[in-house]
Amino acid sequence: MTLLPARLRRISGTIASVPITLFGLILVTFLIGRVMPIDPVIAIVGDHAPPDVIARVRTELGLDRPLIVQFGIYLVRLLHGNLGSSVMTTHPVTQDIATYFPATFELATAAIILSIVLGIPLGVIAAARQGSRFDHVVRVVSLAGQSIPVFVLGLIFLLIFYVKLGIAPGTGQIDVGYDGLVDRITGMLVIDSAIEGQWDVFWDALAHLAMPAIILAYFSLAYITRMTRAFMLDALSGEYIVTARAKGLSGARILWRHAFGNIAVPLVTVIALAYAGLLEGAVLTETVFSWPGLGLYLTVSLLNADMNAVLGATLVVGFVYVVLNLMADIAYRVLDPRVR
Amino acid sequence: MSETTLRAWLLTETPQSRRQAAWGRSYRGWLLFRRNKLAMVGLVTSIILVLASLVAPLITPYDPSAQNLADRLAPPTLAHWFGTDELGRDLYTRVIYGGRITLGMVVAVVVLVAPAGLLVGSMAGYLGGFVDRAMMRVTDVFLAFPRLILALAFVAALKPGITSAVFAIALTSWPAYARLARADTLTIRHTDYIAAMRLTGAWSGRIILRHVIPLCLSSVIVRVTLDMSGIILTAAGLGFLGMGAQPPTPEWGTMIAATRGYILQQWWVPTIPGVAILIASLAFNLLGDGMRDVLDPKQR
Repeated sequence: MTLLPARLRRISGTIASVPITLFGLILVTFLIGRVMPIDPVIAIVGDHAPPDVIARVRTELGLDRPLIVQFGIYLVRLLHGNLGSSVMTTHPVTQDIATYFPATFELATAAIILSIVLGIPLGVIAAARQGSRFDHVVRVVSLAGQSIPVFVLGLIFLLIFYVKLGIAPGTGQIDVGYDGLVDRITGMLVIDSAIEGQWDVFWDALAHLAMPAIILAYFSLAYITRMTRAFMLDALSGEYIVTARAKGLSGARILWRHAFGNIAVPLVTVIALAYAGLLEGAVLTETVFSWPGLGLYLTVSLLNADMNAVLGATLVVGFVYVVLNLMADIAYRVLDPRVR
Repeated sequence: MSETTLRAWLLTETPQSRRQAAWGRSYRGWLLFRRNKLAMVGLVTSIILVLASLVAPLITPYDPSAQNLADRLAPPTLAHWFGTDELGRDLYTRVIYGGRITLGMVVAVVVLVAPAGLLVGSMAGYLGGFVDRAMMRVTDVFLAFPRLILALAFVAALKPGITSAVFAIALTSWPAYARLARADTLTIRHTDYIAAMRLTGAWSGRIILRHVIPLCLSSVIVRVTLDMSGIILTAAGLGFLGMGAQPPTPEWGTMIAATRGYILQQWWVPTIPGVAILIASLAFNLLGDGMRDVLDPKQR
């Protein structure tokens, strides 16, 4: 118990650095929004608006003020949860993000579960049999996972499993026939349909989720497998492993209980980082599979030069990224007795 | 000098000069690298890619932008090895020229990023204190975004195109190098020879440039090689989303985006540039993996 305050102090130090990072994040998105070639006033009132209207809107938006005042206005609006309105959907950007985010969350979570379930055993076994054929195959497969663009893999999977074999549903989150049958509770169709007990909708949603989730999972699977293997190799060279062997413990027990037990904590960090990394893969996967998530929202807004939406989505993604990194950091400090 | 004496000269335990020691060290690294078959595959593939890009006009039978609408979406034949695209342009020619664009972008990003990251990182690490804290906070901000998403926002703010894409990728890449160089510098700065340099009255700039940065180089080189595949994927991703190279530039991601609608009937048209991305990125990953085994003593 005496150690707890010291540890808490260090964690609060980590948390204290977050506002500074977030402030920087907001500053960067603000500056991006100000250097863009599109005049935000023209974007709202159109090309042919009379000059006095343009001037009035400019004053209303605060665009005639110095940059630092504008940043202040931007900050205050942000603190009120106001990210401006999307030109494309005419809704407030925060509302749009609340609509689209759950689908991305569903996809990324399904992918991370898949890659943990497969990636950790693969990494552990590869490390246990270092230099074997199995190890080499895992190495090549995981390097390929880090090398293939998710959008290429997505197109190839669609071609094979949807077009040629016909065993997978096409793009989107749900079949048109089932669209709108389930009330929105969490926004994640698989979960909502299960809560409401609409099982045919559930299976259809799950089938739609499978392919994009597998493709996204391959991306993080590669990373998790490689890190697990590296950690395990390190752990297996420890002297306590020699001791465990000398005691006559079985190979499996040494591997899973003694070696794996010691790498579980750094693996939590790796998984959190992989989860954050999926946000990036999600942008491309969602574009290929027309998955109605934040990534698709971001790319469609980009193509329509809808800057409020682009910056809002970027800011939210950055925020989630920072929070995930923070959680990884805290988990590491709380769980690992050596970090004191 | 015959081969055996050259080998003996390289591998001697008692080198007579600094030059001999340096060559010997590189040679030992090469011997270690050569044992890794996958790394050798990566090295050979990368060399082939670079050479093919350099001599692209000599090894391609067509002009990359020459259209032939009568012969569009043709399957692979002897006249068109990879078939033709939606405007009847030779796909083989465009894929080879695409290598030029992609590798050119990679080189541009690396040239921008590696020196900047090295300088920022070694200064932060060597000077410490406020400079260090301020610079590391800045890297935190840039590392707080997923790379592709920050690059997308930057490109949207500038103007879609290759130059914007290069700057956007560079802006999102340098913090990792700065972090790496800083970590190395922190261990170097407390060594005796740096203290000796300081005693002789060398100023910080000279110590950083001549004595700290050269020692950070090997980890930066490994990072660059491993990063190349990331740069290739980000560039292709930007192209695919319509924010990178613009048509008719034969960039691989852009080519896929333009022809993805043909995947049902003429599947090879979008798939071939995809395979090109995979090969290039895998080659650099394998190469970087092997280099890390050689250059990074922590991994041995």
